[in-house]
Amino acid sequence: MTRSSPAPDTGRYSTAAIALHWLLGLVLVAMLGLGAYMSDLPFSPQRLKLYNWHKWTGVAVLALSLVRLLWRLSHRPPALPAAIEQAMPGWQKWAHHGTHVALYALFFAVPLAGWAYSSAAGFPVVFLGLFPLPDFVPVSESLADALKLVHATLAFTLAGLVLVHIAAALKHQWIDNDGLLRRMLPGRR
Amino acid sequence: MYLNTLRSLTGLALASALLTTTVPAQAQQQLLPAQSSIDFSARQMGVPLQGHFKKFDAQLAFDPARLATSRIRFTVDTGSATMGARETDAELPKPVWFNVPQFPQAIFESSSIKALGGGKFDVAGKLTIKGTSVDVTVPVALTQSGSTTTATGNLPLKRLTFKIGDGEWADTSMVADEVQVKFKLALTGVGKL
Repeated sequence: MTRSSPAPDTGRYSTAAIALHWLLGLVLVAMLGLGAYMSDLPFSPQRLKLYNWHKWTGVAVLALSLVRLLWRLSHRPPALPAAIEQAMPGWQKWAHHGTHVALYALFFAVPLAGWAYSSAAGFPVVFLGLFPLPDFVPVSESLADALKLVHATLAFTLAGLVLVHIAAALKHQWIDNDGLLRRMLPGRR
Repeated sequence: MYLNTLRSLTGLALASALLTTTVPAQAQQQLLPAQSSIDFSARQMGVPLQGHFKKFDAQLAFDPARLATSRIRFTVDTGSATMGARETDAELPKPVWFNVPQFPQAIFESSSIKALGGGKFDVAGKLTIKGTSVDVTVPVALTQSGSTTTATGNLPLKRLTFKIGDGEWADTSMVADEVQVKFKLALTGVGKL
């Protein structure tokens, strides 16, 4: 199988793009759930442990999102099949591109806001408990409150867009029956 | 009558002012809180955390020339501990941590002071935190500038010795046992080194 760049004949995403998509997709859903759960816990070792795991995973998400962005910029994704593109109303084309751009922006914005929030709250992020990350904001209670809100708002926005993304994929799969989802499925064509 | 009262009140104020200023300076060894600090640092899952105490005091009779009769008593208000975050500051006074209602002060009382030369001293004494007393030796370095003597030093402590972070918090993989206490105490009235 010829992997790498355009792959026009298969019309599928590259193997690396597919792997990064599903890995980060699952991690993001888990992180959204974990974030919502842990923030309601009372102050306890369990809470601090989950917070640290959430931060470590957030650092990994940030790094993998950078890899993913660079991969995407250097490996053009397959174009929409002509029949599907022609059937799409204008607003759907906008929504299609807009959602993807916004998702990518949030892949960076949400972890960066979380990192800044942690720094401002006086808990510097130490990846895996071993590698200290720099603080790029000062310790400040009011700043921490603001960044917490920013992190949560962006995360909920990301959650909403993930739902839109999934709904659109399922619409193509089950309502349009156009097989578009196969472009992003691992394994067989 | 009214004038007389006023006059005697003024006289009293003057007399007390005179009294205060005529007491010899050596007997007035005092801590200057604004120029002093007590910081502590600990690690939580590898994350360095800083805190400090806002309220502390010292009663001293310290004479570098007469160490045998010198005494230092130092108190720290445990309820004044802060780590700069609302969430942690709300926890510190609770029974599992400092238990402030029952043990409002941590106390150090010196028993002997040994000069090491070069302004360095080993101050041995009893440290009592949260009802537990241990014998410690605190290395102290003194520097003098004008009328101010500054004592600095580091004291590594094991928090679990004093049950600070008890129960579920006793897990040292979560919060390390070792706590570094760093102090800088500005004192007035200490004789020349």
